[in-house]
Amino acid sequence: MALAFTLPDTDGTPTPLHVDGAPAAVVVFTCNHCPYALAWHERIQDVARDYADRGVRVLQINSNNAAKHPRDSLEAMKARVDAGEFASPYLHDETQEVARAWGAKTTPDVFVTDASGVVYRGAPDADHGDPSLNAQWLRAALDDVLAGRPVANAETKPVGCSIKWK
Amino acid sequence: MEVELLYWDGCPSYPAALADLRAALGEHVPVTVREVASEEQAVAEGFPGSPTIRVDGEDLFPIDDPPGLSCRVYRLADGRYSPTPDPGELRERLRNAEV
Repeated sequence: MALAFTLPDTDGTPTPLHVDGAPAAVVVFTCNHCPYALAWHERIQDVARDYADRGVRVLQINSNNAAKHPRDSLEAMKARVDAGEFASPYLHDETQEVARAWGAKTTPDVFVTDASGVVYRGAPDADHGDPSLNAQWLRAALDDVLAGRPVANAETKPVGCSIKWK
Repeated sequence: MEVELLYWDGCPSYPAALADLRAALGEHVPVTVREVASEEQAVAEGFPGSPTIRVDGEDLFPIDDPPGLSCRVYRLADGRYSPTPDPGELRERLRNAEV
């Protein structure tokens, strides 16, 4: 079982990792100010939309210290959500406890979980600069989970900006 | 004329930026590569993020961001976000700076 959490979205609504009946959840540590997170952002939203009807939850989490990086403030998160930039909940990890518990290192840092725990961790795909890759590592992991297979490529190197710790 | 690339080691983009810069400049123009290693140094240098490319002390891609240790956000010619400058725009700005 992956480390459970409940975090508020940008409206303050508590949002849990686990919900009954969801076969898999994707947890993406991301933020507003990092060029790597921004470069991969649309590919993550496409995954959220493409897998929603198969019950996959995609939770995007900003854990950065907004005191040092004002672009990662809750207000800036809300502005992006209000602008329609997110296809799934964007959660605020103000205490950074979830990022620390999950061992997140970068933005983005992608985890796929199923009932057994974390089954994929790493980057969405091999190149932030190539949208045609279409988050293929993440999609392959989800396809394996949904087919009931072990994830063939369970770990890749997360690439991006370091999480800004307090 | 001095061309500098300032970087912060916490951002993985500077090797690609340096390669693009060297490709744009050719073999005969030296590039001074300097690490910015602390928030204090970032403030002292007016370093708005990594990578920052300067010609004679002027940022080739000036922005209003406050100084600090972070990755800079650039836009490619097609509008996509990138951790490094658009190579074509980099060449053009270097030409305009008469490097």
